[in-house]
Amino acid sequence: MLELLLSLLILAGAIFTFIGALGLARLPDFYTRLHAPTKATTLGVGSLLIASTIYFSTQGSGVSLHEILVTLFLFITAPVSAHLLAKAALHLKVPRVGQRAAPGDSPQ
Amino acid sequence: MLAIVLNIAFALVAVAIALGFWRLLVGPSAPDRILALDTLAINAIALLILLGIRLGSGLYFEAALLIALIGFVSTVALCKYLLRGDIID
Amino acid sequence: MAPFPRWLPQPRLTLVLVLVWLLLNNSLGPGHILLGLLLGWVIPLFTQRFWPETLQFHAPLTLLRFVGVVLWDILVANLTVARLILGQPGQLKPAFFEVPLDLKGEIGISLLANTISLTPGTVSLELSPDHASLLVHALDAPDPDALVQEIKERYEAPLKKVFEPCSPSS
Repeated sequence: MLELLLSLLILAGAIFTFIGALGLARLPDFYTRLHAPTKATTLGVGSLLIASTIYFSTQGSGVSLHEILVTLFLFITAPVSAHLLAKAALHLKVPRVGQRAAPGDSPQ
Repeated sequence: MLAIVLNIAFALVAVAIALGFWRLLVGPSAPDRILALDTLAINAIALLILLGIRLGSGLYFEAALLIALIGFVSTVALCKYLLRGDIID
Repeated sequence: MAPFPRWLPQPRLTLVLVLVWLLLNNSLGPGHILLGLLLGWVIPLFTQRFWPETLQFHAPLTLLRFVGVVLWDILVANLTVARLILGQPGQLKPAFFEVPLDLKGEIGISLLANTISLTPGTVSLELSPDHASLLVHALDAPDPDALVQEIKERYEAPLKKVFEPCSPSS
């Protein structure tokens, strides 16, 4: 039962990490590619870390919760780096595909 | 069962890292490459966690935390450089 | 809320620091608790100048429900975006749109922007210089106006309730 749960969490984490990287390679322009890492971080690494917590907590050497720190750190930093990357791209006027023109075309 | 799943997970994360490297090489713009580096750091964390479970060792946690820290700081520094032409302002 | 005593300016920060220290060491030994309490007491004293205002949570229950809603949305939106990436990237309708802001405080706005970025499918790009609107990019938005409404109702309203309950609504 525990092994099944662990396997599911690990598989889900690996698949989401993979899909995030696939989006990075496959999507058409920078602004859509920007969505890939925030996704890989939140759900992919998140569920891997939950799996790690459960695994080490059931190994018999007491509860192990320090993986939560990595999750917390990634949840706090992922939006910040995405925001900065988007700002840099807007500043450099990275071209985009899309039907709609951006309202803030040259904000700087 | 856990061993098989771990192997599949290793393969998936390895392919993810290869895709990240491809984006890093192809570009085409500088923010694209920084984004690829950021994703590579996250994938490295995933790989380290998997390795920790596989080897049953808690030692990899510190490495994962350090890569998370360094990945974030380097992304911010590179973006700052693109935005201002200087890192410290 | 009563001001905190001078020797303990930020009790909540102290609590968080002790918790982080214990998590980092992964133990509940008395030595670690003692050292954590010492660090949690000294660090706020030395970083007092970086915290000009103390944060006030007006509706803790709303905040808790907000966190729950965001976590659930992260899960659902992840599945949606995974389907989009695996599908036909040529058929995506990416869109830039502006979300007008009712929030005034910096903490509220930054929390809203981070929430928008964390839920996959939308990334907040840029805050307008007068803090009146937030430029957002969506991966697949056939109807941006509906998305703006959803962001305002789902995320901005509870944040406003928690951090700025008495400011007049614009």
